[in-house]
Amino acid sequence: MEPNAGRNDRRWVVFLLGCLLLNPPMLSLFAQPAGILELPLLYVYLYLAWAGLTALIALVSRESPPDRGGGP
Amino acid sequence: MLGAPLILAVALGYVGLLFAVAFWADRRAERGRSAIANPYVYALSLAVYCTAWTFYGSVGRAAAEGPAFLPTYLGPTLACALGFTVMRKMIRIGKAHRTTSIADFLSSRYGKSAALAAAVTCFALLGLIPYIALQLKAVADGFDILSHAPLIIMPRHLEAKPVLEDTSFHVAWLLALFAMLFGTRKLEATERHEGIVAAVAFESIVKLAAFVAVGLFTLAAFGGPAALFGRAAAEPRLQEILAAAHPRAEPLGWSLEMLLSFLAFLCLPRQFHVAVVENVSEEHLGKALWLFPLYLWAINLFVLPIAVAGSLQFPGGVDADTFGLTLPLALQREGLALVAFVGGMSAATAMVIVESVALATMIANDLLLPLWLRLPGRPLSLERDPRRGILVLRRACIVLVLASGYAYYRAIGQMHSLVALGQISFVAVAQFAPALLGGLFWKHATRRGALAGLIGGFAVWFYTLIVPSLVDAGLLGEAIVAHGPAGWGWLRPGHLMGLEGLNPIAHAFFWSLLVNLGLFTGLSLLGTPPAAERAQAELFVDAFAFPARPEAVPLWRGTARVRDLRLLLERFLGRERTEEALGEFARHHGLRPRPGRPADPALVTFAEGLLAGAVGSASARVMVASVVQEKPLRAEELLEILEENRAAISYSRELEKLAEELRAANRRLEELDRLKDEFIATVTHELRTPLAAVRSIAESLQAHPRMPEERRRSLTAVVVKESERLGRLVNQVLDFQRLESGKSLGQPLPLDLREVWREAAAAMRPMLEERGIRLALEEPETLPPVFGDRDRLLQVALNLLSNALKFCPDTGGRIDVRLERRGDEITGVVSDNGPGIPAEDREAVFEAFYQVRRRGPRGRLAGTGLGLAIVRRILEHHGGWIRAASGPEGGAAFHFGLPLRPPPPPPPALTP
Repeated sequence: MEPNAGRNDRRWVVFLLGCLLLNPPMLSLFAQPAGILELPLLYVYLYLAWAGLTALIALVSRESPPDRGGGP
Repeated sequence: MLGAPLILAVALGYVGLLFAVAFWADRRAERGRSAIANPYVYALSLAVYCTAWTFYGSVGRAAAEGPAFLPTYLGPTLACALGFTVMRKMIRIGKAHRTTSIADFLSSRYGKSAALAAAVTCFALLGLIPYIALQLKAVADGFDILSHAPLIIMPRHLEAKPVLEDTSFHVAWLLALFAMLFGTRKLEATERHEGIVAAVAFESIVKLAAFVAVGLFTLAAFGGPAALFGRAAAEPRLQEILAAAHPRAEPLGWSLEMLLSFLAFLCLPRQFHVAVVENVSEEHLGKALWLFPLYLWAINLFVLPIAVAGSLQFPGGVDADTFGLTLPLALQREGLALVAFVGGMSAATAMVIVESVALATMIANDLLLPLWLRLPGRPLSLERDPRRGILVLRRACIVLVLASGYAYYRAIGQMHSLVALGQISFVAVAQFAPALLGGLFWKHATRRGALAGLIGGFAVWFYTLIVPSLVDAGLLGEAIVAHGPAGWGWLRPGHLMGLEGLNPIAHAFFWSLLVNLGLFTGLSLLGTPPAAERAQAELFVDAFAFPARPEAVPLWRGTARVRDLRLLLERFLGRERTEEALGEFARHHGLRPRPGRPADPALVTFAEGLLAGAVGSASARVMVASVVQEKPLRAEELLEILEENRAAISYSRELEKLAEELRAANRRLEELDRLKDEFIATVTHELRTPLAAVRSIAESLQAHPRMPEERRRSLTAVVVKESERLGRLVNQVLDFQRLESGKSLGQPLPLDLREVWREAAAAMRPMLEERGIRLALEEPETLPPVFGDRDRLLQVALNLLSNALKFCPDTGGRIDVRLERRGDEITGVVSDNGPGIPAEDREAVFEAFYQVRRRGPRGRLAGTGLGLAIVRRILEHHGGWIRAASGPEGGAAFHFGLPLRPPPPPPPALTP
């Protein structure tokens, strides 16, 4: 059960991190007219954070070694 | 010039292609080579989430409100982050209970309640018909726009066409045909529809490719992203969407929409269908959980560029929803516009197919069948072939779903934008979320709570979203929206309790969820569910603690005959499938059910599970109950059975662990046994070689009494040498054996390692001088004492030196010994300038008789083969270590260390 619990904890952390990164008030930091290479800042941030979150999900979603039902 | 006939041909050709793909996948599945049994197709099938709303509607929303289109895709991404907690559990339960739809899932969780199944089905139908209408509208609009090219005319300015000339009518009936052909081949709805899944995955590729193509073309046409956004920045009317007013002006709306799509992703019947019912293996989930968000990311990447480019290109008069088509048209790329049309069609058709199959299964299994079973005077046995009847019913339901979708589109579809229609549906299906998630994780959630929450939430949805749209359509007076019913301002549909500051969707979502959650949790906390419901709650919430096969936990008591159950199964599954299933049951339970015998509870549960896969759990319950005499179990008895099984599974897990440990220990013993045999074989071999030499010399001396004196002397010298070697070998074997058993060490005493090495060097001096080898002993001025057995450590030094001696070259050989203190141990290096040890052998040289396999530098056996093995044993018994490395001049170097503190008493060693 133990290693599974650790894995499950990591998934919750990624989820909560995603909730914080993709919602206001975090977004209001980037909601301004300035841009990177003319691209609007907020969009650049959103797509980067989204891609990063997806990468984190990939890291924590590796199939656990065949656990016999000791899952979440 | 595109022209209507060409576009129609492309549209129908595309649907034809879908038939081909589905047909191909079904054929492969029949031959046992599934095309969909991999995580990539699974992830692509999840992408049925992206409908025409994504393809056209997102652009429209982005053009009006900036980033507001994104929460719809960020929500499912967050759901994927929790996929292992939520979706894996849904898949596990869905497979164990042979769930056919989300209505069936919820009904099964709450005590196989037919009422709940019916309520979920009705609400899903009401909520999703507009969503299906939206897809048909998208296809029709796309067709209208393309057929007027090169003119750009908005469909809302066109006269409604007669039904038979309407493309979306033809697409609708073709899709109905498709769904009937590939979605209702077998009665068992849990049987995978490989053709449909393959077609949906194919469509996911098409829509992504088409949208990316339009996006790349747009960027290229406007000179790259920097140029495009540079132009947009100079345009005052685009400031708002670029500076991203939305999340700042309406932060609550943003988060609520994200929550809404999070819940809808889990609750939409079509998502449930592809994610749970069509899932081939739980193992595919891991990869799909990040592939699917990646897909969402990619398909959304070009939404903003297309929206901005469209806004620049068309200052007004063109709906932003249509930019994906009108932009290529305006830039004279009719071919690309056709590609975009096919992409939009693929997004729409995939959704329509899966949603109509899922909804039709729900209507047939969860609404009509239970009603039919309750009809008085229509007992089950009168129906001759219910299988055909149910399949026809399901096909009729598909037609019904598509016909209602089409009728809705014809009636009021023209008035709403794509996004608004889709979001109204999202709020409707989100009403399933409290019952679904509560049912998965909260044992005290009850059927009454779920049903009340669902009805309450749905009522609020209807009042806050549908009533205003009825007013818009002129079916209700405007007074109710403006002033509330009977002038009660606090009941205005758009501003319940006077709530301001939210858009209509967020407002409706908030209130419906609040009412739903309040009723669900409140009634659940107040009531105690009946026993059967509590049992299902245990099986769902603790899904991972119970065996995967429900018949292993037979929650049933009574009398039933095998013959009755078999007849029941044969009527619904056919004779062949029944035989197969009963065979499977016999294999797992070790007994073949005989007709005429009483059936045991496991068989009754198994039969009910099988039927549930065909007709839904609520109907299966009723059907089985009609052929058996059930004695209801009391709550305590049910819970006792559950506890026993839970204990049994954890007990069996313990046993499995124990067995694995035993197997490992046994493997280790076998290995030791093998080593021992090998050791004995090698020792005997080693003893026999000198013995044979001695014997043959003795025989030769005996046979030739008159041998010349010189020859005789040389032969006796060989005998002496070989006997000495034999004696040495026997001594070393004994030494080694004693060391292995850990018995041979004397009392550890403090001693100076320098003295030991000096003594060894002195003892070796004659042999070193004989071969002209220089020995350098380098030692520090002071060296703390180590604790050990002096004779044994001397043996270490002698063995290491004679080993180095053996490998030194004949001329210019040298051996360097260096002792020093490092931290709390004394280390030493013995290096020579011989040929060295290949890296791959550096561990093997410490094995007994290793060098038997390797000859010494002068082509003779260089020693007994136990020297280094003994060295390592002695050092390890002293708590030290030794390893071989490469020396400074390419020769061999042996590094060893001894701790300064006395070693702990050695553990009893396992002798080989």
